[in-house]
Amino acid sequence: MSTVTAELHDVPTEPAVNYLNASYGIKSWLLTLDHKRIGLLYLASITLMFIVGGVAATLMRLHLVEPQGALFEPETYNKMFSTHGIIMVFFFLVPSIPATLGNFLIPLMIGARDVAFPKLNLMSWYIFITGAALALYGTISGGVDTGWTFYPPYSSLYSQTHVVVVALGIFIAGFSSILTGLNFLVTIHKMRCPGMTWFRLPLFIWALYATSLIFVLGTPVIAITIFLLALERLLHVGIFDPAIGGDPLLFQHLFWFYSHPAVYIMILPGMGVISELVTAFSRKKIFGYSFVAFSSLSIAVISFIVWGHHMFVTGQSIYAGLVFSVLSFLVAIPSAVKVFNWTATLYRGSISYQAPMLYALGFVGLFTIGGLTGLFLASLATDVHLNGTYFIVAHFHYIMVGGAVMAYLGGIHFWWPKISGRMYPDMWARISAAIVFLGFNLTFFPQFMLGYLGMPRRYAVYPAEFQVLNVLSSAGASILGVGYVIPLVYLAWSMRYGPVAGPNPWKAKGLEWTIPSPPPTENFEEIPIVTEDAYNYPAIEAPDYPEVPGVARV
Amino acid sequence: MIIDWLQPVSNALGVTIPFQPPAASSIAGDVDKLYLVLSGITAFFTVLIFSIILVFMIKYRRRKDDETPVSTHTPLIVELTWTIIPSLICAVLFVWSAALYVRNARPLASSTEIFVIGKQWMWHLQHPEGPREINELHVPVGVPIKLTMTSQDVIHDFYIPAFRVKKDVLPGRFTEIWFQATETGTYHLFCAQYCGTNHSEMIGWVYVMTPTDYASWLAGGEKAESLAQLGARLFSQYGCDNCHVPEGNGRAPSLVGVYGKPEKLQSGETRVVDESLIQQAILTPNSVHLPNYKPVMPTYQGQINADQMLDLIAYVKSLGSEERSGK
Amino acid sequence: MWIFLATEILFFGGMFTAYVVYRSLHLPSFILGSHELLVKFGAMNTGVLICSSLTMALAIRTAQTGGSKGTIIFWLLLTMALGAAFLAIKLRFEWYRDYVEGLIPGVSWLSGGTHTPGVQMFMCFYFFMTGLHALHMVVGLGILTVLVIMTARARFSPEYYAPLEISGLYWHFVDIVWIFLFPLLYLIGGRYPGS
Repeated sequence: MSTVTAELHDVPTEPAVNYLNASYGIKSWLLTLDHKRIGLLYLASITLMFIVGGVAATLMRLHLVEPQGALFEPETYNKMFSTHGIIMVFFFLVPSIPATLGNFLIPLMIGARDVAFPKLNLMSWYIFITGAALALYGTISGGVDTGWTFYPPYSSLYSQTHVVVVALGIFIAGFSSILTGLNFLVTIHKMRCPGMTWFRLPLFIWALYATSLIFVLGTPVIAITIFLLALERLLHVGIFDPAIGGDPLLFQHLFWFYSHPAVYIMILPGMGVISELVTAFSRKKIFGYSFVAFSSLSIAVISFIVWGHHMFVTGQSIYAGLVFSVLSFLVAIPSAVKVFNWTATLYRGSISYQAPMLYALGFVGLFTIGGLTGLFLASLATDVHLNGTYFIVAHFHYIMVGGAVMAYLGGIHFWWPKISGRMYPDMWARISAAIVFLGFNLTFFPQFMLGYLGMPRRYAVYPAEFQVLNVLSSAGASILGVGYVIPLVYLAWSMRYGPVAGPNPWKAKGLEWTIPSPPPTENFEEIPIVTEDAYNYPAIEAPDYPEVPGVARV
Repeated sequence: MIIDWLQPVSNALGVTIPFQPPAASSIAGDVDKLYLVLSGITAFFTVLIFSIILVFMIKYRRRKDDETPVSTHTPLIVELTWTIIPSLICAVLFVWSAALYVRNARPLASSTEIFVIGKQWMWHLQHPEGPREINELHVPVGVPIKLTMTSQDVIHDFYIPAFRVKKDVLPGRFTEIWFQATETGTYHLFCAQYCGTNHSEMIGWVYVMTPTDYASWLAGGEKAESLAQLGARLFSQYGCDNCHVPEGNGRAPSLVGVYGKPEKLQSGETRVVDESLIQQAILTPNSVHLPNYKPVMPTYQGQINADQMLDLIAYVKSLGSEERSGK
Repeated sequence: MWIFLATEILFFGGMFTAYVVYRSLHLPSFILGSHELLVKFGAMNTGVLICSSLTMALAIRTAQTGGSKGTIIFWLLLTMALGAAFLAIKLRFEWYRDYVEGLIPGVSWLSGGTHTPGVQMFMCFYFFMTGLHALHMVVGLGILTVLVIMTARARFSPEYYAPLEISGLYWHFVDIVWIFLFPLLYLIGGRYPGS
C-alpha cells in the first residue's frame, strides 16, 4: 500500500496568512462573514450536539443489557431515547455535512470567493445555536418523553414534559436549514466561475443542490406542524384531539411530509462526499457522471411523495398504502444506481487505502444493506410485521450511522488537510475506521433479528428471550463509541502537531485542491477558468477498447 | 432452511439466540416466505457488492504513486441494465407484497368479532358473549377472528408477532385486523406504538386453544352478559329509547337494521353506518345528523366510557340482524 | 426572494392543508363557525390590502422611472398606513369583539349554544391562520420602515432599486395569502337570510 509522500523537491509549507490567522480574537470569529470560518463554527456546534446525542445513546444501550432495564426507570429511559433522536436528527444529522463541509467547500469547488449571502450565512449559524441552546435547555430541565416524532394525542394532551420548549428549539433551528438551503441554491446558480458549467460541477455540488431543494421546500412544513402542536399544548385547544373533531393522523401526515424528505437531507450530502472520495482515491473519473447527478435530483423529488410508508399500520386506506408502497420502491432505484456507479468507478482504478477511502468503502457496503432493508419496509405485507420494531431501528441506523456518519467522517478526514493545513496520523485514522465499522455492525445487525422476532422499539424493559441479542448490540455500541472518540483526539492533536499538508496531499482533482491549505480568506487569488470536466484524472486510453459510435463516454 | 442450521450454531456457542418468531397464523407462512426472499435478495446484493469491491481493491490497488490508470467508459447499456433489473425486482416484490397485504386486510365475513380497547397502559378485550380480559386474549384455533379496536386515550398499537399482524388503535376511531390461528400455544402480545411511560409494560399473552377448550373457557368463570345485552340496558338507561323507537317517529330515526347500510347525512355526504359512525353520533351528534330530522340529539361526551360505548355499539349492531341477543 | 416565498408557500400550505382536511370532515361546524365572522370587515380588509399592493407597486414604479425620493417615500408610507389600517381593523373590530363574545379558543372560549366543539376547531384555524398572516404583516411593516429610511438616505436610483422590488414581492405575497384566507374563512356556506 502506498502512503502519502511529498514530492522530494517540494516540502509543503503553510501559507503565512490564511483564513485561520487572517484576523484574531473572538469577535473576528463570532462576527465573521467568511464561509470557511462559519463552516468551522458549525463544526464545533454539531460536534457538541453529537456528543450529547451520543451520550444518550450510550446510556440507552447500557440500560438495555438487562431485560428489566439496568439503569433507569421507564420514564427516564423514555426521555433518553427522545433526546437521542431529537438531538441526533435535528441538531446533528440534518446540518452535519451541509453546514460544515458544504459551507466550507461549495465556494471553493465552484471557484467563488464566498457564498451568495454571507451575512445570511452567519445569521443561519446564530439561529442554529439559538435553537440548539433552547433544545438543550429543555433537555437539561427535564427533557421530553414523546420520542422525536411527537405524536399526539400523547404529546399534545398527555405528556407532562417540556414539549413546547424543545419543539420551539427545533422550530427555530429549522429556519437555519431554510436559509442555508436558500444560500446554497443561489450560490450554485449564480456564482460558478467561468467555464464551470452544470455538468462540470463536482458531484458533491449536485448532491448539495438536491439537498438544498429539500431544505427549502420541506422544512417549512415541519415548522408549521410544530407550530400547531405547540399551540395545541399552550392553549389547550385540540387541533389533533378527537374530542373536538381533530385527527391525530393529520399530525402524522404533516410530520412525515417533512420528515421523510428530511432523511434524504441526511443522506444525499453523504452520497456527494462518497462520489468525491471514490474518485480521489481511485484517481479515476466517476463512472456514469450524469446518472449519478440525476439520481440525486430524482431522489430529492421522489422523496416528497413517499411519506405514507411510515403510516402503513395506522389504519389508512388500502389504496393509500398501495400508492405509497410503489413509490417507496421507486425511490430505492436511484440509490441503487449510485451504488453500482461507485463500485464501477473502482474498476481499473489506482486505489489507495487511506482513512477517507476506508470510510467511503464502508459506506458503500453498509448503505447497500441499509437500503435493501428498506425494501422490507416498502413492502406492505412485511412492513405490517416489522413496523414499530427494532427492524426499523436497525434499518435507519444502517443508513444514518453506517451511511451518513461514515460519509461525514470520511469527508472530514479527506478535507481536513485543506481545512487545517495539517495532516492527521493516518494509521490511527485507519484503525478508528475499522473500529467504527466493526462496532457498528455488531451494534445494529442483531437489531434486525430482534425486529423480526417481534421486539418493539422504544421499550425500556423487554422479555428475557431477547436478552442475548440486546447484549451483543450493547457490546457493539461500546466499541463504536471508542471508534468515535479516537478521531476527536488525533484531529485536535494534528491542528498543532500534525505535519504540514500542502495544497494537495491527496493529488486529487477539484478546484479546492488548487489553492493553499489552509486557504486564504478570499479563496482564490484570481478567479479560475475551468476548461475540463470533473474528476479529469489522467488516464491511458485502453488499447483494447474499440471506438463504438453511440456508446456514451464519460 | 438456513434458519435451521443457524440454531445449532448458536446452541454450540452456549447461548440461545432465537432466529424466528413462532409462525402461528394462516398468513405467517406467507409473510415469512416473502421475508426470506427479501433477505435472500439483500444477502445476494450485499455479497455481490462486497465481493466486487474486495476484488477491485486487491486487483487495482495503487502500486506506484504516480501510476496512470487505464480509462474506462460508461456504456449506456450498463447504466440501463442496472437501473432496469432492480426496477423489475422491485416491481415483482411490490406486486407480491401488495397482493398478500390486500388479502390479509379484509376480514372474512364469517369472523368472530372481539373488541379491543387500548388504554394507558393495558389492553382491554371483550368477547361478544360477555367475558372480558385484561392483557390476555383467548381464541380458538382455526377460527377466523376479527378484532375491532379503539383507544381510550393516545395512539397504541396492537401487535401479535406470532400471527404477523399489527394495527394502530386510535382514539375516536375504530380499526380492525383479522387473523386465523393455526397452532395452539401461548404467544406474545405487544403494544408497538410508543404511548408514554409504561409503553413497554403494555404487553400480554394470546392463548390459542382447541375449540373444546375454548368453549369451556368461555362458559367457565362468572356468568357474564353479552355485550349486546349490556348495551340494551344502557340504551334504556341513557334514554336513547325515548326517541329511537323501532317503528321510527318524527324525532329520531329507527335504528333497526341500520348497521352496515349507507346513510346520506345532512351535510350531503354518504357514509356507511359502522362502529366509528355510531360512536360519532353518540359523542358529536350534530356532526352526522340526518336530513329531515332536527338536530336535537344531546351529546353524551363525557358520560359514556369506552366500555359502555362498545356495549351500545354491539346493541345497535344486533338490532335487525339475524342473531338477536337478549332483550 | 422567490425561493424564500416558496418556503412561505409550503409553510402556510401546511396550515391550509390541515384546514381543508378538517373542513371536509366537519363542514356543518365550519359553516356555523364562519357565520360568527363579520364579512364586512373581512371584505374591507381585503380592499385595504389590495390598495396597499397598488401603492407598493407605485413606489417601485417611481423608483424605476427616476422619481423623487419624496414620492417614493410617500407611496411607501401610504402602503404602511394601509397595512396598519388592516391590522387595526382586525384587532379592534374583529379580534376584540371575538374576545368579548368568548370566541377565542384557549383564551376566552365560552362554550354552549352555537359555540360547539366543531366551531371551536374552526375558530382555532381562524385565529392561527389570520394570526400567522398578521405576524407576517407586522414583519412587512418593519421591512417597509427600513425601506423608508433607505430611500431617505438616497440609496435608490433607476439603476438600483432591488430591495424595493424584493420587498414588494414579499408584500404582494402576504396580500395573496389574505386573498386565499378571506373566502376560505369568511365565505363558507353562503349567508342564509334570517339564520
